Amino acid sequence: MAKIPVQFRLNGSDRAAFTDAAENLLTTLRRGLNEFAPKYGCGQGTCGVCTVLIDGEPQLACLTLAVACEGRHVETASGLADGPNLHALQVAFMDNFAAQCGFCTPGMLMAARALLDRNPSPSREDVIEAIAGNICRCTGYEPIIRAILAAAGAHGQKRA
Amino acid sequence: MLDIRKDFFANERDDNLNVIGKGIQRQDMPGHVTGRSRYFDDHAFEGLLHLKVVRSPHHHARIRSIDVGAAERAPGVKRILRAADVPVNKNTLLSLINFGKDDEPSLAVDKVRYKGEPVVAVIAESEAAAMAARKLVRVDYDVLPAVFDVEEALKPGAPVVNETYPHNYFEYHEKFDHQKLRFGDTEKAFGAADLVIEERYQTSPIEHAPTETNGTIAAPEQENRFVVHSCAQGLFFSLGTAAKILDLDSNRLHFIGGTVGGGFGGKVDSLTEPLAILGAMLTGRPVRYVLDREEEMLYGSPRGAERVYVKDGLMRDGRIIARHIRSYFDAGAYTRLSSYAAVKCTAHVPGPYWVPNVSSDIYVAYTNRCPSTAMRGFGITAADFALEVQMDKLAHAVNMDPMEFRILNAYRDGDMKAHRRVAKNTALIECVQVAAEKARWPLSDNARRQSSLEGGGQGERGQIPATPIDQRGQIGRPETRNAPATQMLPAGTMRIPLTKQPELEGSRDARPAAPNVPRYEPARPMAQPAVQAPAPLAPPPTAPPSPPGAAPPAAPAPAAQPQHGAMRFSSVFGTRRR
Amino acid sequence: MARHRGRGMASVNYPIGMNLGGDPSQALIHSNPDGKFTVALSAIDLGQGMKQVTRQVAAETLGVPIEDVYVDTADSDTGPHDMGSFASRGTHRMGNAVIAAAREARGVLLEAAAEELEVNAADLVTDGRGNIHVRGAPSRSITVRATAQAAQFKQGKTIAGRGIFLIPLSAVDPETGEMNPNTAFAHACLVADVEVDDETGEVTVLDMTSAYELGRALNPKMVEQQLVGGAWMGQSHVLFETPEPYYPNPDHGPRDFNEYLMPGPGDIAPYSVSVLERPAPDGPFGGKGPGEMCANPVLPAVANAVFNAVGVRVDELPITPEKVLRGIRANGGARPQARRGG
Repeated sequence: MAKIPVQFRLNGSDRAAFTDAAENLLTTLRRGLNEFAPKYGCGQGTCGVCTVLIDGEPQLACLTLAVACEGRHVETASGLADGPNLHALQVAFMDNFAAQCGFCTPGMLMAARALLDRNPSPSREDVIEAIAGNICRCTGYEPIIRAILAAAGAHGQKRA
Repeated sequence: MLDIRKDFFANERDDNLNVIGKGIQRQDMPGHVTGRSRYFDDHAFEGLLHLKVVRSPHHHARIRSIDVGAAERAPGVKRILRAADVPVNKNTLLSLINFGKDDEPSLAVDKVRYKGEPVVAVIAESEAAAMAARKLVRVDYDVLPAVFDVEEALKPGAPVVNETYPHNYFEYHEKFDHQKLRFGDTEKAFGAADLVIEERYQTSPIEHAPTETNGTIAAPEQENRFVVHSCAQGLFFSLGTAAKILDLDSNRLHFIGGTVGGGFGGKVDSLTEPLAILGAMLTGRPVRYVLDREEEMLYGSPRGAERVYVKDGLMRDGRIIARHIRSYFDAGAYTRLSSYAAVKCTAHVPGPYWVPNVSSDIYVAYTNRCPSTAMRGFGITAADFALEVQMDKLAHAVNMDPMEFRILNAYRDGDMKAHRRVAKNTALIECVQVAAEKARWPLSDNARRQSSLEGGGQGERGQIPATPIDQRGQIGRPETRNAPATQMLPAGTMRIPLTKQPELEGSRDARPAAPNVPRYEPARPMAQPAVQAPAPLAPPPTAPPSPPGAAPPAAPAPAAQPQHGAMRFSSVFGTRRR
Repeated sequence: MARHRGRGMASVNYPIGMNLGGDPSQALIHSNPDGKFTVALSAIDLGQGMKQVTRQVAAETLGVPIEDVYVDTADSDTGPHDMGSFASRGTHRMGNAVIAAAREARGVLLEAAAEELEVNAADLVTDGRGNIHVRGAPSRSITVRATAQAAQFKQGKTIAGRGIFLIPLSAVDPETGEMNPNTAFAHACLVADVEVDDETGEVTVLDMTSAYELGRALNPKMVEQQLVGGAWMGQSHVLFETPEPYYPNPDHGPRDFNEYLMPGPGDIAPYSVSVLERPAPDGPFGGKGPGEMCANPVLPAVANAVFNAVGVRVDELPITPEKVLRGIRANGGARPQARRGG
């Protein structure tokens, strides 16, 4: 298939890659741009480990065509921290031991960030709904839910 | 969520520790939350090729012919791998520890034995090209009758699944079609029991379903080696398996791994390493072979289904006096780790209880389904399901509280286990007591007074009973399956030596003194007469070492030839001779 | 047309390590010139926390701060042989190998410090904060860092150690099954409270409570991770998962996560765990390994709870709504059993 150039912002930097009409964003990120934070888990949009933000919305990179990202802003877990300063979610995941194998963590963090960006004070049910599309095989979810609620609390304290 | 009950067994512990027992942050956690943790697939390679396999659509079939011509010519295809390309195309994982016979090909030769078995591998410039090309591979099959039920597979006349084990069972000790356990006389005890309860349990296969699928990236490295990024749960198991299958010296393989996105037992078999490395060998380029989710779900080996029959002899007062277990592990089409599961399960029977008469017959049967493998709780999970539901039924039958029933039958320190070894370091009773307390499940005073440290090993509980043994179920002789017992082993018989204490090399708190450093010698005889060596100096003084700060004594040279480098260096730093 | 509550329990033990032994683990430890230690392994971290457990074991044995120890794994060029991460063997076998290597390295560390301080190595202790001093005389001390520099550049010593832990392979008697099974066993008891809907057959796990005896919780936070995650997997096994719903008929198997069901974050039950510690005589600081057994007791406990709730025994896993309804129908209706406590 003929190669097509695609340009977009990735975690705040301008990036470009050669892709083709059928390639998904996950492949372009991992193989084209060496951005390995989003993972391959199913390629069908059922597990959530490839969750990224595109213009602030949580999307599944495995179901998104790379060419559809032209000119947009893509964010992954690699860009969550502000330089050396971890995001409140990253701190909360660490404090609450919310990762074991860590494979679902990048996608889980992006789904959580999308939640907190639009709803800074989520209820437990809000959190559950936000991560319902992210499979974790290790933790049993409880530490992840607690971490997200804790990060929301920390956010709230910062704003207060 | 978690509390530690320091009050139990307190006198067996020294809790005066520095970092042990503390909830210190994990070394890998910062990597996980920043996306920096590197899994096998998180490595960039120039010229990466992608491998996909053609899989059998049939449960059981003979391969009549394979035509890869169209696939070879498909866009982006670099190489096709056939069975003949695999140097050693028959293996079993545990051959590395001398257990079992090689029975599984990396690519099918003349027969496929389960739906999904790899037949041909296609290596192409992209995953999409490989997947498109594999559809062009034509394989002609003669479908064969298949068998899916373990007990059907063990009947004479069943379709032969795996010719290495022509009777559809793994062969134990070159003698029997199953693994036995015999402790006491269960048949006689059933006759004496107030109640005999026999039940059947069945667990289904289970997928490991890690979020990271199985996969490998293998690439040529310098020095004529291959670097292999692997998700293996046993790095050297996988390295050794690949070395054997590819007939490579093990030091030509450089395996890198250690950070895996969930294993649960599903990444012990080398599902992808051998073909990926072979691809790198034959193309001279990096090759990536990763199972997609459907492959992982259907063809990544599952936990094997188990069928368990439990027969118990019970007294009205709640004591279990006899337990017999007959169990079938469904290995699927190839052995992998199932042979080991039966032995592990045999060691687990009858569960954490003292039962004076115990026997078990555990079979590993081959069927035409995806080969099973280890999964979290291997050999134990299904048995525990059967045993603990059975315990509930037994308690119900004698109208006894389930918790009290467990405590009554629990094993204790000093009890003889069914493998003729004394139980030590037990704690079942205490776990039951604490769980009951937390769940506000009332326990009698008597139950609350029991302890693992008391009451075990007394009288009959500490003895190895007389045991009838048999030659039932000999390999190739199904007519012996119901033969009578042939011999009575006297009470106290042990035939397997006790394990000697494990050695911890390096456990001494110091090292022996280093030997004398060998002297330097010239590589060739000198053309001119040797320089006159200085006379050896006096031996070192035996006076006590001088106080710190004082000038060191002259360091004597014990050699007749000049010493270079080290002596001068050390005299600058003031080495003090011992 | 009602929801019935029930409770069930199960008690289990679990063998630690490869059943017959013969599964060695090796470790190499060395110090850099500043007294920072690297533990070189080929052990695998699947998420269970192998890197952190071995790091803590090494730091404790060496007597240095945790920040001064780094675990490097897995590379077959630099890490010595390890059998692998399975059979709940990691903490027990690799932990012991790390202790062996760390003891040797510590021995050289103390020899080097003794030479600098001009005392006997036997009189020295580490304070776990980076210092080595004479027992009872903390002012006579030297830092680990200075010791390492002296060892390397002055004394010519390598502050390093190697270790292997192997339980010799046991034979198995063909006629009796006599063998030397594992040397260490962990224990557990779990209570599950469920609710069964007698119209849909659905089983909801309301609550779980358990007690686990693990030898020693080397890192309680990580133990909690295992036990909570394992209980979730147990809940998934008993009520949801199967690639062959009509086993041994292989048809209608799921192909992806749409069809292979597992409980999501909205399906989890509160879970309270207590840990007991009866140190294994041959475990690292007495540690056993909870990695596998943490799912096991959930399966029968939930099955027993379903019987308690509606009087149906489902002896084939998973316990699907279909099987529960068939059982209720065969019984002529739900038959709740007497429940204890709660």
